[in-house]
Amino acid sequence: MADLVWLIPAFPLAGFLLILVFGRRLGDPKAGWLATAMVFASFVVSVSVYFDLLGREEDERETVVTLFSWVPLGSLQVDLAFLADPLSVAMCLFVTFIAGLIHMFAIGYMHGDAKFSKFFLYLNLFVFSMTLLVLGENLLVTFLGWEGVGTCSYLLIAFWHTRESAATAGKKAFITNRVGDWGFMLAMFLAFGAVGSLSYSAINEAAEVGALAASTASAIAILLLVGAVGKSAQLPLYIWLPDAMEGPTPVSALIHAATMVTGGVFLLTRVNPIIAASYDWVPTTIAWIGAITALFAATIALAQNDIKKVLAYSTVSQIGYMMLAVGTGGYVAAIFHMVTHAAFKALLFLGAGSVIHGMNDEQDMRKMGALRKFMPITAGTFIVGWLAIAGVPPFSGFWSKDEVLLFALADSTLLYVVGIVTAVLTAFYMTRQVIMVFFGEARWTSLANDDEAPEVAEGEEPVETHHAHGEFKPHESPAIMWIPLVVLAGLAALAGILNVPELFGIPSNSSYKLEEWLHPVIEFGEADISGTWAYDNKYILVGIAVAAVAIGAALGWLVYLRKQIKPWEPSLFANGWYYDSAISWFMGNPGREGFQAVADFDATIVDGAVTGTAVAVKTTAGEVRKGQTGYVRQYAGVIGIGVVLLLGWFVVIRGIL
Amino acid sequence: MIAVIEPTWYLLLAALLFGIGAFGLLVRRNPLIMFMCIELMLNAANLTFVALATQLGDINGQTAVFFVMVVAAAEVVVGLGIIVSILRRRPGATADDLAELKG
Amino acid sequence: MLAAETGSIAFPILTALILTPFIGSLVIALLPKSRPEFPKMVALVMSVATAAMSIWLMASFETADAGFQFVSMHTWIDAWGISWHLGVDGISLFLVVLTGILFPLAIVAVDAHHDEKAYLAWLLMLQAGVMGSFLSLDLFMFFVFFEIVLVPMYFLIAGWGYEKRVYAATKFFLYTMFGSAFMLVGLIATVVIAARDIGYTTFDLTIIAEEAEFAASTGRWLFFAFAIAFAVKVPIFPLHTWLPDAHTQAPTAGSVVLAGVMLKLGTYGLLRFGVYLFPEASYWSRNLWLTLAVIGIIYGAIAATMQKDLKRLVAYSSVAHLGFIVLGTFAFTSQSMSGGVIQSVNHGVSTGALFLFVGWIYERRKTRQIAELNGLQKVAPIFAAGFMVVMLSSVGVPGLNGFVGEFLILVGSFTTARWWTVVAATGVILAALYLLWAYQRVFHGEPDDDNKSFPELKVKEGLVLLPFLGLIVFMGVYPKPVLDRIEPSIDALITRVEDNTSYVQPEPTIDLVHSDESGEEDE
Repeated sequence: MADLVWLIPAFPLAGFLLILVFGRRLGDPKAGWLATAMVFASFVVSVSVYFDLLGREEDERETVVTLFSWVPLGSLQVDLAFLADPLSVAMCLFVTFIAGLIHMFAIGYMHGDAKFSKFFLYLNLFVFSMTLLVLGENLLVTFLGWEGVGTCSYLLIAFWHTRESAATAGKKAFITNRVGDWGFMLAMFLAFGAVGSLSYSAINEAAEVGALAASTASAIAILLLVGAVGKSAQLPLYIWLPDAMEGPTPVSALIHAATMVTGGVFLLTRVNPIIAASYDWVPTTIAWIGAITALFAATIALAQNDIKKVLAYSTVSQIGYMMLAVGTGGYVAAIFHMVTHAAFKALLFLGAGSVIHGMNDEQDMRKMGALRKFMPITAGTFIVGWLAIAGVPPFSGFWSKDEVLLFALADSTLLYVVGIVTAVLTAFYMTRQVIMVFFGEARWTSLANDDEAPEVAEGEEPVETHHAHGEFKPHESPAIMWIPLVVLAGLAALAGILNVPELFGIPSNSSYKLEEWLHPVIEFGEADISGTWAYDNKYILVGIAVAAVAIGAALGWLVYLRKQIKPWEPSLFANGWYYDSAISWFMGNPGREGFQAVADFDATIVDGAVTGTAVAVKTTAGEVRKGQTGYVRQYAGVIGIGVVLLLGWFVVIRGIL
Repeated sequence: MIAVIEPTWYLLLAALLFGIGAFGLLVRRNPLIMFMCIELMLNAANLTFVALATQLGDINGQTAVFFVMVVAAAEVVVGLGIIVSILRRRPGATADDLAELKG
Repeated sequence: MLAAETGSIAFPILTALILTPFIGSLVIALLPKSRPEFPKMVALVMSVATAAMSIWLMASFETADAGFQFVSMHTWIDAWGISWHLGVDGISLFLVVLTGILFPLAIVAVDAHHDEKAYLAWLLMLQAGVMGSFLSLDLFMFFVFFEIVLVPMYFLIAGWGYEKRVYAATKFFLYTMFGSAFMLVGLIATVVIAARDIGYTTFDLTIIAEEAEFAASTGRWLFFAFAIAFAVKVPIFPLHTWLPDAHTQAPTAGSVVLAGVMLKLGTYGLLRFGVYLFPEASYWSRNLWLTLAVIGIIYGAIAATMQKDLKRLVAYSSVAHLGFIVLGTFAFTSQSMSGGVIQSVNHGVSTGALFLFVGWIYERRKTRQIAELNGLQKVAPIFAAGFMVVMLSSVGVPGLNGFVGEFLILVGSFTTARWWTVVAATGVILAALYLLWAYQRVFHGEPDDDNKSFPELKVKEGLVLLPFLGLIVFMGVYPKPVLDRIEPSIDALITRVEDNTSYVQPEPTIDLVHSDESGEEDE
């Protein structure tokens, strides 16, 4: 059964090819259904592979399916091969399921768009690439999927390519990802040079038996981290993710919340033996990058007014948690949070999409409000998502975030503090969002006849006025859009079951299911925190976490609903600490000038040498030809002098005569 | 007492003639005169050849004279022809005027 | 390693590969002007025949044989040892095939605007010259063909090119000839010095390589003489400035062929005449070439970013891409050198296609300036899609052909030239930068009035594009057949370098295949 693992990428690839040829004929909505069917078919195969593996002994849960020899040259023998093991199957399960739901949603969301089929063409290609990334048996197949999702991200962000901002955002995403890819490629070269293979089995085994020097392992780990930072939008390469919101909302949900951005975390989990075999500062670096990014992004999120931008920065922040987990040895916690995050973030994004759809493409939260009366299902599911992400028990986010914080505290108190502060901020800005969108007064009526943009705070971008004015009433989305929302809400609520800890009287044979499942993959790298203060005092941690949520939510409620405290949204936060604008400024000015200087150097100096040679030859020739005066007598005179000199040479020097 | 005419005198005469010819070539501007100077130089060379041939007892000097005479004759034919046709077009032209072949 | 005779093929296919386009060129030149459709027909027939022969050659090639196959040997000038000596091995095979198929596609893709007869005659002559260069195993014949290539290219650029065509053609001609002058001296010196060693004068490459011994310093001088000519041809920084002008001003077919195969004369020459004849010298000077290659990669990419002319941008991208090939060549590992060879082919396909696109854009809009083009994807989506695929291939996205060569070069170079590779790898970022930015300016956004009526991809153009796209995808997904044929010859070359220097190709530091550890062995 597990031999059929190659079908998981094959279905979306088939979907891509079918839509490529027949897309225009199928049209809206058949092309969408075809795409969705393909993704769900992948899911079905994933489920069957899962059960196959489940039926085996724990240390036999691994199947490699080799399709063909891809890049064979000498000692480098790389096959296009798939590895079905607990980690990749777990990833496939949630990726394909959530992707399928998002495909369904997109059928409704993209209805009426002129390029409907093309959208699903790219979406299927994306799912194909993502499954390649996850199922890769070696670094190169993963890299193939890695770049594939990057390319699809570019194509999908710039989907409405007649908009300059969308085109620019797509380009920015691709290029920033490429910076990370540089690191990934170098890691591959190092791995090949050290181990002679790019297969995970070979590399991880080398790390586990101690055959890999700590310096080499560290270098590989750090370089893969560079790649992960690019793909998963962490500091300092997160800058593409907020701009990526230019793409249609299903894209944001699928790619920039649930799947592609988790690629970096997946990669690091996959090579956890290498991280374990490197110097101690390597995982510490990973953890701190995650922690600081989480905090940094959370501060920015609380000052954003675009409904999607809040969620974008929230994603950056939540992935920061996953990185933090990876860096502190909590790989299971990282994957757990990845799964729950996929569920609730996709839910939130799709909910936002539903809101945008119902508000006739309005995205500014300042023009929303009281929408729960008009879009009850959207509001209900969105609130479930809010509870999940904020970390309210017993919703899924609470359990996964708690695990992450547990490992953080076991590693370093400071990391834990950063994590808790971020949790407070998360609860705060999500509450803010929920209130601004679904509660309060309906601000879209008060701005009804006002075609001018609302007063813009200093440093903020002016808001585009959309269609939400006049005799406008927001409407709930059609069934095809709210069914996925409901399903996701169920997931977001219940996914905690995957890995509940032994608390509150939960029997030990139903706890830590995910950890049990992932055990063979991460056993080498997983930190052993039994016996730490954090582990022994889990109830205290739970209490602190709940308190943090309560504080954050309460603050949000007080500021935005009861309006008892003035909102504090400093422009520093609203403008992303000016980091992104600094980079843009640099690229546009000194960067551009530097590049122009090189181009000019080539045209003037390097080429100048060539033209200079030509000029020199021409000038010299011009001078020499002046000797040809045309005067016969002069020529005769020169002949005469020459004769005399010649004679003189013969007589004096050669001694003739 | 009649002095014997030494071969050296011939050489001196040849040198003198050559010098006159060379000087004339460099100084005079009339193409015909320049040509005559060239002839003078050629014949001076002939004289040198003959004198030395006699002095050294080598017949090759005299054969050289034949070569020179033939070449001189050919050269005169061609050169005079060119000069005459130029002077017919531009009467009164001097060597300095004929500088069309300058670089 | 004596030249291997393969099978009992009586048909002198290599000679035919050279003579077919040559005869075609002569026939076209002699055709009467009264029948204007004939030249195109003859050109197509001859070039398609050449293409078919080259594909047959590829199919009949012995994969595991590292030596020269299909050898054709006829003595010409016995007194000096000059002979008509042709042979093909893993290094030249795919370049020959590429030459074969690129020309008919270039001929079909774009029509000559005037004087079609002369245009096609020159094109076919060019093909004959390039074929001869790739197939010659005699130093004299190689030089002849190498120079023959210059004349038709000059006339093509000067006669059918764009605004600054005469300047560009003259510059190209003189610059390349300047390099070749050094090669001529080197060539003659090699023959003379070798003659002292062997005992008789011969221009035959294989004989000189196998039997002549050059003192280290002599070898180095001779190597540089050859290398300068090839460095101009590749082109290697800083001898590259003829390329932007030549590429930009050449007519579309000229650019396609120039980028596709003519630049590869340089990289091929470095392998065949540089490394093969003078292994010690090429190894000794490798740091210089590695450095220049890496500079070329970065510098070419940066210069490309700031170009305002779309065609010039693609030209500079060629400088960058060829830098990778040179890097691979002088890293002396199996992966890097084979990567260089396959990348030569891949670059020819991708950049050839890019030039086709630029040419088609010019046909429609009469401009190559990026500032005057915008929003084309909206009005011509299929055109844009094709351009996108080719562009991604040039960027080096895995799954397409450009990645395979680039990856092999980098992974191979990393073991012997670590820090050069680290810098060179940043080239992947820069490639994305200049190509995507150009794509955005030209294709994304709203088209203005001049661009609104941009016609979609024509059927003829689409048909020409199909082989390119097919190769781009196929060579990206399944390059194994190509790699299998290149590898033996490259390995033989590396062995030659190892035999003549202290160099030993590095092995990976851990060999887990023979490890006795009980790690999971996956089936």
